[in-house]
Amino acid sequence: MKFSILQFPASNCDQDAVHVLRNVLGQSARLVWHKESILGDPDAVIVPGGFSYGDYLRTGAIARFSPVIQAVKAFAEAGGLVLGICNGFQILCEAGLLPGALIRNRSLQFRCEHVFLKTLTGDSPFTNRIPDEKVIRIPVAHGEGCYFADAQTIEKLEENRQILWRYCTRDGQVAETASPNGSIGNIAGICNERRNVAGLMPHPERASETLLGSDDGRLIFESIVQWLEREAPAVAA
Amino acid sequence: MTEPSITAELVRKHNLTPEEFDQIKRILGRDPSYTELGVFSVMWSEHCSYKNTRPLLKTFPTKSRNILVGAGEENAGIIDIGDGLAVAFKIESHNHPSAVEPFQGAATGVGGIIRDIFTMGARPVCAVNSLRFGPITEEASDGGNPKSEIANNRRLLAGVVGGIAHYGNCFGIPTVAGEVYFDVCYEGNPLVNAFCLGVLRHDQIARGKASGIGNPVFYVGPATGRDGLAGAAFASQDLTDESAEQQRGAVQVGDPFMEKLVCEACLELLATGAVAGMQDMGAAGLTCSTCETAARADTGIEIELSKVPQRAPDMTPYEIMLSESQERMLVIVHKGREEEVKRIFEKWDLPWSEIGTVTDSGRMVVRNHGQVVVDVPAKQLADDAPVYHREAREPEYLKSVRAFSLDEVADLTDPCDTLRKLIAWPSIASKNWVYRQYDHMVRNGTVVCPGSDAAVIRIKHDSIPATPGRLDAGWDGGNTCKEQVPNSAEPVAVGKEKLIAITVDCNATYVYLDPYEGSKIAVAEAARNLACSGAAPLGTTDNLNFGNPHNPEIFYQIRESVRGLAEACRVFKAPVTGGNVSLYNQNPNGAIDPTPTIAMVGLIERKEHITTQWFKDEGDAIILLGHAVDESDPLLGLGGSACLKVVHSRKTGTPPSCDLEKQKELHEALLSLIYTGDIKSAHDCSEGGLAVALAESCISHQIARGAFDLTGAFVDLSSAPDVRLDALLFGEAQGRIMVSVSALNAVKVVERAKILGVAAFNVGIVGGTALKIKTKRGEWSWDLPELHRLWWNAIGDAMRQ
Repeated sequence: MKFSILQFPASNCDQDAVHVLRNVLGQSARLVWHKESILGDPDAVIVPGGFSYGDYLRTGAIARFSPVIQAVKAFAEAGGLVLGICNGFQILCEAGLLPGALIRNRSLQFRCEHVFLKTLTGDSPFTNRIPDEKVIRIPVAHGEGCYFADAQTIEKLEENRQILWRYCTRDGQVAETASPNGSIGNIAGICNERRNVAGLMPHPERASETLLGSDDGRLIFESIVQWLEREAPAVAA
Repeated sequence: MTEPSITAELVRKHNLTPEEFDQIKRILGRDPSYTELGVFSVMWSEHCSYKNTRPLLKTFPTKSRNILVGAGEENAGIIDIGDGLAVAFKIESHNHPSAVEPFQGAATGVGGIIRDIFTMGARPVCAVNSLRFGPITEEASDGGNPKSEIANNRRLLAGVVGGIAHYGNCFGIPTVAGEVYFDVCYEGNPLVNAFCLGVLRHDQIARGKASGIGNPVFYVGPATGRDGLAGAAFASQDLTDESAEQQRGAVQVGDPFMEKLVCEACLELLATGAVAGMQDMGAAGLTCSTCETAARADTGIEIELSKVPQRAPDMTPYEIMLSESQERMLVIVHKGREEEVKRIFEKWDLPWSEIGTVTDSGRMVVRNHGQVVVDVPAKQLADDAPVYHREAREPEYLKSVRAFSLDEVADLTDPCDTLRKLIAWPSIASKNWVYRQYDHMVRNGTVVCPGSDAAVIRIKHDSIPATPGRLDAGWDGGNTCKEQVPNSAEPVAVGKEKLIAITVDCNATYVYLDPYEGSKIAVAEAARNLACSGAAPLGTTDNLNFGNPHNPEIFYQIRESVRGLAEACRVFKAPVTGGNVSLYNQNPNGAIDPTPTIAMVGLIERKEHITTQWFKDEGDAIILLGHAVDESDPLLGLGGSACLKVVHSRKTGTPPSCDLEKQKELHEALLSLIYTGDIKSAHDCSEGGLAVALAESCISHQIARGAFDLTGAFVDLSSAPDVRLDALLFGEAQGRIMVSVSALNAVKVVERAKILGVAAFNVGIVGGTALKIKTKRGEWSWDLPELHRLWWNAIGDAMRQ
């Protein structure tokens, strides 16, 4: 499958995503510069982590206006798969492709550590390979990862099973102390109503090789690949 | 615009002596202009010229067959790591700025060292730091200092850590290791030493040379402002309330986003082959970068200041030349290839300007709107700073240090509370409050995260900058649809990736109590930490933090310390590839303890050799490599120990001695055991001795947020020499490593260690829910969750107060 990975001037997880997709999973991957307005006909788009344009104002606030994000919007509207990781999640929320916002961590500090995630549904292009009940271990690294939305939005997310991951303890309990940022309902990642756009704060690309201590993150990329292999021809037809 | 006339008072204000001023006049054959005076004052400051320490620095071992760029040649040293690859690394201090404005001071320290690395053509792949502050808890204050000071120390710690996190995280460099110490001697004089390591191919080494007569000189990066005016000179004087207040405006403001753009653009520029030379504008800004590049190339350089982008109106030539605005680079381009370079600047939306040319005059000529404001011989300005052989005298305090005997302090009766106290003492306690604020995993290379003896990173293929002719685009070229982005496209099998270990160490208390022996210990500990992670040393970079060298007692500390460092680096075959000297770390309350921070880089041959400090499996045998007690030491390892400090509030006693050859044998034996696959964990014994090392081996394995693998141990020390309990459990004799091996291999490992010339004792077994230690004088047990809580939360709890 072909993955386009966006590259903003201060993206810093772009190469990591390329590395995992290409060298670990054997997929095709390319970077797409933020000034571009074409994505290069990919099967899926990754909006990687980093600081886009420095993010001094508010994470993702400037990136939403970039030419490449307009292309991503069109791609998503046509049903294409888009995954935002960390800063990518923040950008997708700012761009209106995902509901809600990511605000300052409750600790007011940047947090970098491994966390446990509970996957709430296998029914999405991003989670279909993750076994039910499996608690996955993936690192986070962010200062503004506290997911926030009004009660109505949260309710809708729950109703539509759009919440894909919640922070949990080692044994799968969704406890407040398990969250590194104070997100509402321990939300770590969500998808849109149509289920083709998702975002999460943890970094699956940093947990895709056993050498780095965990390869649970591979399950997310493998889900995308499997979904594309099964579903994409059907969609195209 | 009239410039101030040059008076004796003005010369003094520039920290130049009358003799130095006379030398300037001799070089110029006339009186300097105001701008020239400023230019000389920064270039001849200690920070830039090492005028007080150069003769000592020459005694460091700086050569090995692996060294590609040696100490003092360029902005950073470079060492071969095999297969055509190399690492560039260096440590540098930002102490004074961090004392005045901790957040920006520390942030720009990180920015400066990252620039030193990519200036060499290397991609920066990890950062490390060494930090020191006054006490942040009351019980740890060495002699009861006021609460206001503790609050201020916490403010400085929070600011420095926040600044490092801000800059490093945004730039996208993992901060993978570090050390943090607290001692009253750093009150008001915190130390912030930042290290960066980068990767490149041998043929990619870039030089800071203004070569090629007629080549254009480009300025790239943000506009020059009045920030950081003469920061190098500021860093080369004592810190007083008055100087701090005056210099608050001297602290630069960092912009990590800009640094990222400059770094990417520079690496892309180098890949085109259009660059003749490159240097960052760090200390002494435009002055240093222009005269040093010309001096290195034996050329001259001529620049026009009106072409320099300026942030503030009406800046004088003096201000432009001495500004230390951040994230700026000087790039010398091969004539005729300007367009390629401009295209890359534009791609990254970077401000740039062509400000001058390389000449054959040997002179650094600066014009402002055509009028010459500086005209000096570049080489003499850069290289001919006066060199001082300062007077050294053994410090008075060493007499009382040597007179200390153990009769002055009572032995412990119950060690339970002592271990709990030591493990919660901020200098020993877990530093997770610090490193969890740093992105320590970005770039997908961190194999061993902070919290073990040394960090381990792997060098994945995309860390290596692209070479000319390899600018391809499209799928699997890793590039954009239209833009030509350099990228090393050839995938490298994961198994072939290089593994690098990094540690930074210095127990400054030892150095204070015995500058020579203490400095040897700093190097030995660094080498030991590398060995414990499975690495053999490649090289060292040192950051010499001392007080005012005009004081003969301080200069004695510097001289003896350098003697110890040089000797140890020679023995461990870890030559010094460069570093930094930070003097004048003192305020009216006194000087800091002499703190020669040692950052050491090692290579791990195979991924199977990577070793961590925590116990792995129940039933494993615990083996002590080295003797539990050094009975030849009258203080039995308690001199300068954490135990003396924490339990008795005493910072005294001759520190343990350090037999370098024996240490080297120990490290080599450990590596040999690691190579045969027998070692499951290895942890060096340092502050707090055997008991703290054992406790850390039990409690330091973090799985994830709030999830820890606590592994108990039963250790029997009853066959160790029957010495005082505090000495046995908390003495800090050098050259001891605690390892664990599968029980089946225990006998074999002990035998092999002995054959390798190292004492080895099977002292215990891994397992259970407590740490139990048995000695001739009794048996004690510690509850692991409690120990862990004390150790893990100590700094965070203090910072929340």
